Amino acid sequence: MSTPNAVREITFGQAVNEAIAEEMRRDPRVFMIGEDIAEAGTTFKVLKGLVEEFGKERIIDSPIAEAGITGIGVGAAMTGMRPIVDIMFGDFITLAMDQLVNQAAKIHYMSGGKWSVPMVVRTTLGATRRSAAQHSQSLHAWLCHIPGLKVIAPSTPYDAKGLLKSAIRDNSPVVTFEDKMMFQLKGPVPEGEYTIPLGVADIKRVGKDITLVGTSSMVHVALEAAKILAEIGIEAEVVDPRTLKPLDTETLINSAKKTSRAIVIDEGHLSYGVTAEIASIIADGAFYYLDAPVKRLGAMDVPIPFSPALEDLTVPTPAQVVEMAKTLCGRV
Amino acid sequence: MSKEYDVEQLLHFYQQMFRIRAFEEKTNELYQRAIMPGLAHLYIGEEAVAVGVCEALRKDDYITSTHRGHGHCLAKGASFDRMFAELLGKHPGYCHGKGGSMHIADPDSGNLGANAIVGGSAGIATGAALSMKMQGLDRVVVCFFGEGALNEGLVYESMNMAQLWKLPVIYCCENNLYNEYTPYQETTAGTFLGRPAAFGMNAVEVDGQDVLAVYEAAGQVIERARKGEGPSFLLCNTYRFYGHHVGDIDRSYYRSKEEELYWMTERDPLKLLANWMLDRKLTDSNVFTQIENEIRAEVEAAVQFAINAPYPPKEEVDQHVYA
Repeated sequence: MSTPNAVREITFGQAVNEAIAEEMRRDPRVFMIGEDIAEAGTTFKVLKGLVEEFGKERIIDSPIAEAGITGIGVGAAMTGMRPIVDIMFGDFITLAMDQLVNQAAKIHYMSGGKWSVPMVVRTTLGATRRSAAQHSQSLHAWLCHIPGLKVIAPSTPYDAKGLLKSAIRDNSPVVTFEDKMMFQLKGPVPEGEYTIPLGVADIKRVGKDITLVGTSSMVHVALEAAKILAEIGIEAEVVDPRTLKPLDTETLINSAKKTSRAIVIDEGHLSYGVTAEIASIIADGAFYYLDAPVKRLGAMDVPIPFSPALEDLTVPTPAQVVEMAKTLCGRV
Repeated sequence: MSKEYDVEQLLHFYQQMFRIRAFEEKTNELYQRAIMPGLAHLYIGEEAVAVGVCEALRKDDYITSTHRGHGHCLAKGASFDRMFAELLGKHPGYCHGKGGSMHIADPDSGNLGANAIVGGSAGIATGAALSMKMQGLDRVVVCFFGEGALNEGLVYESMNMAQLWKLPVIYCCENNLYNEYTPYQETTAGTFLGRPAAFGMNAVEVDGQDVLAVYEAAGQVIERARKGEGPSFLLCNTYRFYGHHVGDIDRSYYRSKEEELYWMTERDPLKLLANWMLDRKLTDSNVFTQIENEIRAEVEAAVQFAINAPYPPKEEVDQHVYA
């Protein structure tokens, strides 16, 4: 037996796997349904080993039918189970939008609180995997727009495990977006039980000169930028909302009040996206403290191209963050 | 009629069908008198389907319903007063007035909810059936939908999984001949029963105006599902006496007055049952009149309750967004 809560270095993927396994051991109502999730352990191999422990009755390999499995998740959740629906690529969530937007999100409200949908939808975001326009999108903003859904976007193995466990225990539908480029990312994760409440941001780096708000893998872009900025004497604070809906607006505003400047970085398309929402909240809440307009970096407003030479132009980079931060700090 | 029925049960079927008829007639009146906000999709003409199926279900079985859902909700056990209250957007309604005509849901009667997305509840019904199987419960789920839903992809994704995994769900297709304002022949290739056949799914076709035929067919497929023998497709041929919704008055561009008159006079499920009983001298017409009077009085009282009921307080607007 290992010491409870002994901290090891494990990958993001292992942290996700561990969260699901722990919750399935704890609660017999939890089960998974999705494409190639059993023996294959998903295309990203993140769920490897679960079917051996929990069997094919609880790790259900489904047909390729995203709307169908999401709908099945809704019905199972309403009648006593706690399903985790696995949508292999975030791009495929478009096929399940009616079930998410018109069904899962609204059933609790439309029924006057009589029915609830304790379901998790697990999917991905993120480009630069050379997978072209239909396997590279970051569509989380679509779901953040819908009242009734909660949306999480963990950036570290520690957050991935703690947030996913909370999501599975939540009585509302929660969609979790994992950046598929982060599955191999390693970080410290306690063994066994701990949870991170939904709706609480985390300050990933303390600083005083500028706030960099990053979501999902863009937290690491922000941290990388902060390192470079530190070399020229700009101390950036990196804030990770962790949960996009509900959003911890207080932590975001307080950080911007402290630093007087903010850049918001997210991998969704720039127009009408997460960056616009967060920038607006900061501009509104920290207006009298700001020394510069709140700036945004997101994916270019183009379909994600295949060629590496083009694809790398479409997503925010540490260099872009550094340049923007220097401008905001008057250090050009 | 293969089954033996006692008179009381037959009268109960009539009563249940008339409850729907009277409720819907009053709903139409509430629309015409501008007492009801919005619209409603009347179930008049199709009563034998909801009643025949729901009478074959247990109270703890589940249903999912449609935009034309009042009949299903009532047949599964909803009460007049809270139904009318919901239609008027009042606080004591089944959903505190936040659902309205198309979204009545009631856990107490196993109603997972009416759904205003055509075919939208196929996944929910199938998921509830999976849930019953996983929990070792012997409850059955009936997914009601109109023939218009037969061209929605979700229905087939769901049927495929139900058949693969032998789930206790009945796909009850109410063929009322019209996808809103379009005859199904213009929208639907192949045959209705060709669809379940493609999945190797048990399928039964029944006269949806004959409540006893529906009851018997439903009973068979429900018991089959309850025993773990898998899903079925129950095709009920029926007819919508009125428009797609209460405001659909001029229907001449998609169907004839003669056709409507034929169904109303020759194929009315209430008249068919009453005449069948009278032919066999199982009762006399006064009994029907008495049932009807009692139900109409109940409807009047329920409507008064709903009219007098308060609207939801303002604080209700952001309640129940999250559980």
